[in-house]
Amino acid sequence: MSLEPQVQELVEHLFRHQAGRMLATLSHIFGLEYLDLAEEVVQDALVQALRQWPFHGIPDNPRLWLLQVARNKALDRLRRQASLRRKKHEIEQRFQQRQSLLETSESGEAEELVDEQLAMIFACCNPALPREARVALTLKAVSGFSVTEIARAFLSEESTIAQRIVRAKRRIREAGITLILPPPEELPTRLDSVLQVLYLLFSEGYSAHAGENLVREDLCGEAIRLTQLLAARPSTALPKVHALLALFYFQAARLSTRVDGDGNLLLLEEQQRTDWDHGLVHLGLIQLELSAEGDELSEYHLQAGIAVVHATSSCFAHTNWPYLLELYDQLLARAPSPVVALNRAIALSMVEGPEAALDSLNALSQEPALKNYYLLPAVKADLFRRLGQTTSAADSYRQALSYPCTEPERRFLLKRLHDLNPND
Amino acid sequence: MPKFMLILHSAPHGLDKASPEEIQKIIEKFESWKEKLAAADRLVSSDKLKEEGGKVITVKNGQMSVVDGPYSEAKEVVAGYFMFRAANYDEAVEMTRDCPALQFGRIEIRQTDPMGCGGE
Repeated sequence: MSLEPQVQELVEHLFRHQAGRMLATLSHIFGLEYLDLAEEVVQDALVQALRQWPFHGIPDNPRLWLLQVARNKALDRLRRQASLRRKKHEIEQRFQQRQSLLETSESGEAEELVDEQLAMIFACCNPALPREARVALTLKAVSGFSVTEIARAFLSEESTIAQRIVRAKRRIREAGITLILPPPEELPTRLDSVLQVLYLLFSEGYSAHAGENLVREDLCGEAIRLTQLLAARPSTALPKVHALLALFYFQAARLSTRVDGDGNLLLLEEQQRTDWDHGLVHLGLIQLELSAEGDELSEYHLQAGIAVVHATSSCFAHTNWPYLLELYDQLLARAPSPVVALNRAIALSMVEGPEAALDSLNALSQEPALKNYYLLPAVKADLFRRLGQTTSAADSYRQALSYPCTEPERRFLLKRLHDLNPND
Repeated sequence: MPKFMLILHSAPHGLDKASPEEIQKIIEKFESWKEKLAAADRLVSSDKLKEEGGKVITVKNGQMSVVDGPYSEAKEVVAGYFMFRAANYDEAVEMTRDCPALQFGRIEIRQTDPMGCGGE
């Protein structure tokens, strides 16, 4: 065949997303207890694309092509799977339904197909699964990450992640978890478990890194994509979903300005606010408005409330610090956490001065969660620095450096320490 | 301009472990490699060969035998071919240097010989 000169581009992360979508579809067709089989079929289909597309080009509707191949590969495997063979006719019919949906809805996604993915998210985040396993399984089964990629993103061992996933799958079978969207009366609590996983995904991706590890930024994108799915369906779009999505948008707007060209960390006050992604800020504002429906005030509402203050302030000094302090107090009252208290101290320092903030931090030094956490001494060091207490500041920076932190964070602390003692 | 055929002797390994993202990246590499050839109006055609169902015919002592194969499980099979135009072998090699198929096996480059009487 002759080749067309124009090249069709693939949507970014198409395969990853499509792996998740196909797995959701196949798991619905076979039943969640056949998750392993479904995974094999998805892999077969993706590999087939790699064998075919280089020679014949990218098909007009890549998603449909992949699903058709998955269907053929699945029917092929059914011959060897006695328990499913009996349902062959039913299975073929279900494939046919999905193919028609993909044929007719080229732009946008058919609601039925979105619901399949949502049901998969709820299954992977089921409270019957161990908490750590929920995150790994969601990334694997919903987001199409490989075990290697998950391990890289979470800076952990491949074998650890692999084991978590194996256990989670076993638990799914033992607990008889099925692919059904939770009924309305169970939705709020089941949703909490899902949102917690999405929040973890985003935070992990957002935590400072040197920029060489792109997988981590993909975590933010994936958390946003899945939250968008929840926010777009009336059955799952509770106000707290919109609040979480707003928070993600505000944070993501700053993502690229958190490091300079050399991969060095930039503090909020040093970031180039004109470089923030104002399109994302705008999207965040829309979600924030949607989150205001109803009378629920979740943690995510408060966090989004804090993030919007930063996202819409013209500069660090002109930030409404008293209001932020109020929000932090509310957040602390609702969900006490030493990390929130640490952030509150920074707001307090801007309202009442560094000394008041240092006083509030003394109470925190006994917190087990902050033991060996570089941020506590790093914040203290900065407060001492602002008070002109150079010796105490240097001691605190050195203490911070003795705790584990990422490479850009370490460079940042070293630079601060160096700036204190130019002759050191 | 002379035509060259790239015969892809492919020995795919580890593909069942490749992540969706990795698979997409390889396909994208193929696309941009082909785009370069197409932009220079060098690309003629390409085809993939079916993995299963090949036949090997041999005649021995006047007896024709037809057997199945080569099998895709074999260490190496011809996965497909690309045909493009190049000035000479040197240029053809140069154009193949960044062909992504090289990561899956060797590539044989052969010039077509429509005249069959020697010379270019």
